[in-house]
Amino acid sequence: MLVTLKVFRFNPEQDKKPHYDTFKLEAQPTDRVLDLLEHVKGIHDGTLSFRRSCAHGICGSDAMRINGRNYLACKVLLKDLGTRKITVEPIMGLRVIKDLIVDMEPFFAHYRSVMPYLVNSSTPPVGERLQSPEERERFDDTTKCILCACCTTACPSFWANDQYVGPAAIVAAHRFIFDSRDEAAAERLRILNDQFGVYRCHTIFNCTVACPREIEVTRAIGEVKRAIATGRLD
Amino acid sequence: MKTHQYEVVVVGAGGAGLMAALYASRNAQTAVLSKLYPTRSHTGTAQGGVGAALGNMEEDHPEWHTFDTVKGSDYLGDQDAIEFMCTEAVQAVYELEHMGLPFSRTPEGRIAQRPFGGHTNNITGKPVPRACYAADRTGHMILQTLYQQCIKNKVQFFDEFQVVDLIISNNAVAGVVALQLSTGEFHVFHAKAVIFATGGHGRIWEITSNAYAYTGDGLAITLRRGIPAEDLEFFQFHPTGIYKLGILITEGVRGEGGILFNDKGERFMERYAPRVKDLASRDVISRAMYIEMKEGRGIGGNRYLYLDVRPETVNKYAALDGRKRPDGSPYQVTAEEIISKLPDIADFCRTYLGVDPVTQPMPVQPTAHYTMGGIPTNKFGEVVIDDKNTVMEGLYAAGEVACVSVHGANRLGTNSLLDLIVFGKYAGLRAAEFARGASFQPLPADATDFARQQFDRLLNNRGGERAAVLAQEMKSVMFDHVGIFRTAEGMQQALEKVRELRQRFENISVQDRGRVFNTDLMNAWELGNLLEIAEVVTVCALNRTESRGGHARDDYPQRDDVNWLKHTLAWITEQGIQLGYKPVTITKYQPKERVY
Repeated sequence: MLVTLKVFRFNPEQDKKPHYDTFKLEAQPTDRVLDLLEHVKGIHDGTLSFRRSCAHGICGSDAMRINGRNYLACKVLLKDLGTRKITVEPIMGLRVIKDLIVDMEPFFAHYRSVMPYLVNSSTPPVGERLQSPEERERFDDTTKCILCACCTTACPSFWANDQYVGPAAIVAAHRFIFDSRDEAAAERLRILNDQFGVYRCHTIFNCTVACPREIEVTRAIGEVKRAIATGRLD
Repeated sequence: MKTHQYEVVVVGAGGAGLMAALYASRNAQTAVLSKLYPTRSHTGTAQGGVGAALGNMEEDHPEWHTFDTVKGSDYLGDQDAIEFMCTEAVQAVYELEHMGLPFSRTPEGRIAQRPFGGHTNNITGKPVPRACYAADRTGHMILQTLYQQCIKNKVQFFDEFQVVDLIISNNAVAGVVALQLSTGEFHVFHAKAVIFATGGHGRIWEITSNAYAYTGDGLAITLRRGIPAEDLEFFQFHPTGIYKLGILITEGVRGEGGILFNDKGERFMERYAPRVKDLASRDVISRAMYIEMKEGRGIGGNRYLYLDVRPETVNKYAALDGRKRPDGSPYQVTAEEIISKLPDIADFCRTYLGVDPVTQPMPVQPTAHYTMGGIPTNKFGEVVIDDKNTVMEGLYAAGEVACVSVHGANRLGTNSLLDLIVFGKYAGLRAAEFARGASFQPLPADATDFARQQFDRLLNNRGGERAAVLAQEMKSVMFDHVGIFRTAEGMQQALEKVRELRQRFENISVQDRGRVFNTDLMNAWELGNLLEIAEVVTVCALNRTESRGGHARDDYPQRDDVNWLKHTLAWITEQGIQLGYKPVTITKYQPKERVY
């Protein structure tokens, strides 16, 4: 089938402003949007630049705005878009470096700021620390995060002020706050008990809709808010 | 051009690289250079589990794991290194858990384990649950956990820095040259020790489970610097990739009871591996599938078969096999249990196939997956450069890019994640130890020349060949002729084609003339790496006139221990590709016929 691909272009070494390039391409309904971009880059315009690696929705490299919404370009099949007109743009709220490549540094800085690692100062046993299946289930959802930034860059609060730590960082904090083996829940809750911590979340739900791993992001943020408010983790 | 100085430089930030960095940084000034943000590394896509004889579900021993790995390697693995890895495995997995890895748990709260291909109880010969898993995203959890620990320990990262050359001075390591992708600037990293953990090169083949980033960079760099590659003819084709896409469906599906069927609805693995059937070693299954399809029993005559994990199928065959749960009750599952154990697989199937794996069978075909060969090392991750295992001072390798050899001619599932954490750790420890006692080698004045030449050539060509076109031709000929089944005629054809492509590569033009994220130029440079490696792989494959593990020849279908129980070494020299051999270390297990 014939599709029209409109892609956001910006070359920092030459352009003062971005523009859009349009390509008319023959494609299969089962092609991924990423396949189209690779085809354009390989055959029509080698200067088109974007990040990608695993091409099956795990590494999180290719988060993009496709027809106005955040997706991983490798997880969207043309037949799922329901139209032959496809517009691809960079994710919002992070500075565009070139074409579809954005500056991920602020995103990772927010991630690092919430102590995203296990804290347990007790001497570990010889074998594994025990954890029941129920305890493990408690934080299962938020272990799935691949740091693709679809959630944070879909969030209007983040667009309004990028000092907001963002949904992904709160998900990372949740994963440890509710892990029975961790001892630093109080510290992380203190970090997030801040105007640019959880309180910028206005329960808009864009994050939950955008998440390619189907994490219930808004729910996780809500659980962190509740923990701050009640001082309890149950 | 900027110069940095670190005692240890780690190239690659996947499981092996991050593990090396964690250990090296405790005792030496360490920097990690990666062409991707670390969490994008291919380790994250590993699904099924990390192998270790914890014995949490059923009796198990590191000795059994060792034997299974030796046998799985088709007796080409170095047994001292294998024993080392399988013995270290237990503590290595506990260490991961202590770092916070969220393993799935048994009702008693211990790390959950599942059966996996080739892992057996050595007394009964039946599958044993040895794969320690975190749902079906074990690799993702290992990568995240190690990255988090690096953050906690303030490891220094240079993200999106592509290492393009190794600097050697006085026959020892002096550092690396890297390109900063966001600026196009060259950087020199002056170092005492360099650890390559850059992964594999599956992008040589058309249908592959591997990421775009898997272009064999570390291997190509070392080959260009006169360091040999070991056992490159051994490449694993994983039996179950999604038809046409090559996306991996973990062996864990078969561990949970999934069965492979042909067009006749037959569980054909009963014929090829009577004892363990669908849980035989990957090379055995890939070959079986190839034969089934070649003899016309692919689904609808097509080049795929069915992997069926619907509860009714799983339960029927579990009953026939007499499979039991740890508490002795019969192994019977519900759709909910399968989805809860394999959520990512369910997601792939729905996204890419529109198929729900608990209501429909999945179309699968073998997919290019893993290189058993690579940069030769000893069991401490030190790079060894000849048949006497002479150590190259200051150079280390770990993970898929290295060849210890613990996987020999074929790798068992769950042994790669194990390889990363054991040899990543030891490479890091050794490199730091070396750095403590060594001085910096002087940096040559022309340290970046070799790399600059390669990139200038690519930028200044006006030849008109396109990288994407050459890449497609390479992938196609390699998949057809240097794939699951090989013949002298086919491989010779492939060799001529690859050589032609290497000539045409000299005429590639790159459209992007910029410096900021010039992905066009980087793709072309990566293709150069793949072509160089493809030629060496083909030469080695042509040379080995036997079938063993992942190297299967129609014209030499038997394993030949008399002439071929040895590792291949390949050098790129001015006179072309030179081959040599080194002995296999055999300690306890004499080679026997390999049946499952």
